[in-house]
Amino acid sequence: MISDELVQLLTPEGERISHPEYGSELGRDEILGFYRDMVIVRRLCNESTSLQRQGQLALWAPLQGQEAAQIGAGRALAPMDFSFPSYREHGVAWTRGVPPRDMLRIFRATTTGGWDPQQYRHSLPMVVLGDQTLHAVGYAMGIQRDGAEEAVMTFFGDGASSQGDVLESFVWAASFNAPVVFVLQNNQWAISEPTSLQTKIPLYHRAHGFGFPGVRVDGNDVLAMYEVAKRALDNARAGGGPTLIEAYTYRMGAHTTSDDPTRYRVDAEVEVWRHRDPIERVKALLAREFGVHKVTFDEVAAEAEQLALQLREDVLAMDAPDPTMMFDHVYAESHPLVEAGRREIIELGIGGGH
Amino acid sequence: MSESIFLLPDVGEGLVEAEIVAWKVAVGDVVTLNQPLVDIETAKATVELPSPYAGTVTALHGAVGDVMTVGEPLVVIETDGATTSTPASAPEAGASVGAGRTPVLVGYGVAEDDAPVTRRRRRTAAPVVATPVAGAPVAVEPSSRPVRSTPPVRLYAKQHGVDLATVTGTGRDGLITRDDVARALATPTPTRAPAAPAATSPTSTTRFVGREIESWSTGPLEERIPVRGVLRSMADAMVQSAFQAPHAAVWVRVEATGTVALLEALRGRPAFAGVRLSPLTIVALAVCDAARHYPGLNSSFDAPAQEVVVRRRVNLGIAANTPRGLIVPNIKGADTLDLRAMAVALNELVEVARAGTTTPEAMLNTTLSITNVGPFAVDGAVPILPPGTGAIIAVGQLAKRPWVVGDDVVARPTVDLSMSFDHRQIDGALASAAIAHIGRFITDPAAAIIGG
Repeated sequence: MISDELVQLLTPEGERISHPEYGSELGRDEILGFYRDMVIVRRLCNESTSLQRQGQLALWAPLQGQEAAQIGAGRALAPMDFSFPSYREHGVAWTRGVPPRDMLRIFRATTTGGWDPQQYRHSLPMVVLGDQTLHAVGYAMGIQRDGAEEAVMTFFGDGASSQGDVLESFVWAASFNAPVVFVLQNNQWAISEPTSLQTKIPLYHRAHGFGFPGVRVDGNDVLAMYEVAKRALDNARAGGGPTLIEAYTYRMGAHTTSDDPTRYRVDAEVEVWRHRDPIERVKALLAREFGVHKVTFDEVAAEAEQLALQLREDVLAMDAPDPTMMFDHVYAESHPLVEAGRREIIELGIGGGH
Repeated sequence: MSESIFLLPDVGEGLVEAEIVAWKVAVGDVVTLNQPLVDIETAKATVELPSPYAGTVTALHGAVGDVMTVGEPLVVIETDGATTSTPASAPEAGASVGAGRTPVLVGYGVAEDDAPVTRRRRRTAAPVVATPVAGAPVAVEPSSRPVRSTPPVRLYAKQHGVDLATVTGTGRDGLITRDDVARALATPTPTRAPAAPAATSPTSTTRFVGREIESWSTGPLEERIPVRGVLRSMADAMVQSAFQAPHAAVWVRVEATGTVALLEALRGRPAFAGVRLSPLTIVALAVCDAARHYPGLNSSFDAPAQEVVVRRRVNLGIAANTPRGLIVPNIKGADTLDLRAMAVALNELVEVARAGTTTPEAMLNTTLSITNVGPFAVDGAVPILPPGTGAIIAVGQLAKRPWVVGDDVVARPTVDLSMSFDHRQIDGALASAAIAHIGRFITDPAAAIIGG
């Protein structure tokens, strides 16, 4: 399954390997930073799943297994770059500085948003499959016209790669040489549909047909993800146009909390990927090459634990919103039909209005 | 100290109920935050519920197999005041909007007014608790019901043949604990059956309708088992078929020396390395071949349209006995497969069925079926047709039996084939011709395969 075409800098055992085109010169602190990021987002994700199972969230889309793909790509973004996620990119949101509690608001159904996209340079979770790639390309074409030295990154999955929207965004990005990096997290399963049923060729080959480069990366190798993403972003900023990065990874958990993966995939497959865990290999590297001690790993775990408890507290304190909130952002400006709807809700005595 | 109630949450966007699959804790257990409490099965998934509180479990509502309504109490946990990180007063997500639908992120919410009334089915009386306000902490009196035991302990006792009626409980309110059962085990009494017998006995549990049922001696005099899941599908299909399609049957005993020899010869060949070959492979080929010669065999009776539908593609249904019950997945386009491909397809179908991962799609559009009753060590059966099909062939056990060759009786491998058919469109002549064709194929498969 893992082929020679795959960019990998760190094996599942935590051994560095060389690659003809890519190398990593990151030091102890940067790599430890990646480790901390991955441990924290996994822990927060576990807490979110628990909160859903306890009736505190309407839904949750777990990221387990995809930490390296998201942290590596997210950390490669420069502060003024802009990212467009789907609904599973909690790891990317973390790298952009979005507070975890704000990530959960939409899953608790207390908001239609969650944060100010401009503040964090990270747009809101897109539930409509693949739509965000069009938004990303449109935004990229905009900053291209502004002459800004920024790049755009958008995230989607192997399932979304079959969507017309995604393929159209490829066409536009190629035609206008838009400064956008497409990060396709191939987690092998589009809910219950295996990638093998969706494509006859490796997904990164598709970019070639549209006229821009595609590269397959070991999505469980945070070093490779970072280096490949960084080069693609630099290339976009320098006017080199789009790149498709296929992060070859695996969704260890369910598609969402409403899904039961044991109904369509075998344990043996999950077991294989467990040995390719994105966090364990970085831990091994840190211990072996930089002599990072157990105390440090324990500190990271304790910090993650503390953040999880804080997240739980924050979520439990979120009250149901005023129902008229749903009218607030339908249009940028006031609209008579929307206002009529708002009045009706207030007259029914359900909402207080604001 | 205060008691907090964990209400059964909607874990799947608009679900109204869930079945309890297994308890992971017992009354009296001390649990930590997020410790798994129970597995539940909803219409969408089987999931594990983690504890929202740290404390001591004081009541479990519902037994394994009970269907619980979302929003009803599931577990009561005594928490001490120090666990501030898990306030009991957390509002239910979106539950406080008021009348009407409970909002969810994806799909439609559950209309509270439309929610079905409690459908909880119980084998035993329900503990009486105060009706809680959704999500709010409710202090309840400790259950006054004499709790005799808990599901894990009951299972433990059953597995070891201990009759709980003979055990004195030392737990809270006379609860029988695991230790009590262990003590009873250590003290032999006349009421204790031999531990975990390998073979069936009047004291061993057996599988029936897709579940483990209690033994003849230890189970209740009358037990009522809810009809749902695979059992419901099987029951519905059988009733539909039995009452709509007039069944008739034909059967024949055939000599299978050729099949045995062919399988033997192929097993050694490199091309068949790793492929499990069995007489069923040959029978499957024979049935498809019969359909090619007699297309009427692969037909169904469309009563509403008043049409007989003849299909020139075989989706070969294979009745499979799985841990969940009887299912009939099919091999699509089985008539296009050669011997090796058929063997591979059968193996795959059986493995997937055993793993319980057969997809609904794999059970759709069966046109013709086989039920292999041989492994159950019986000679034959008169099966009921899967709905929407015209014929089903039962294959008995392949064994050496007396066979007349010339004027001598010799021992030969033989197998009994029977076929049930829908007598609305398939008559006895066609059925007989078809089963004879299948028989000839099994007797000399090499000739049949070469002859096309």
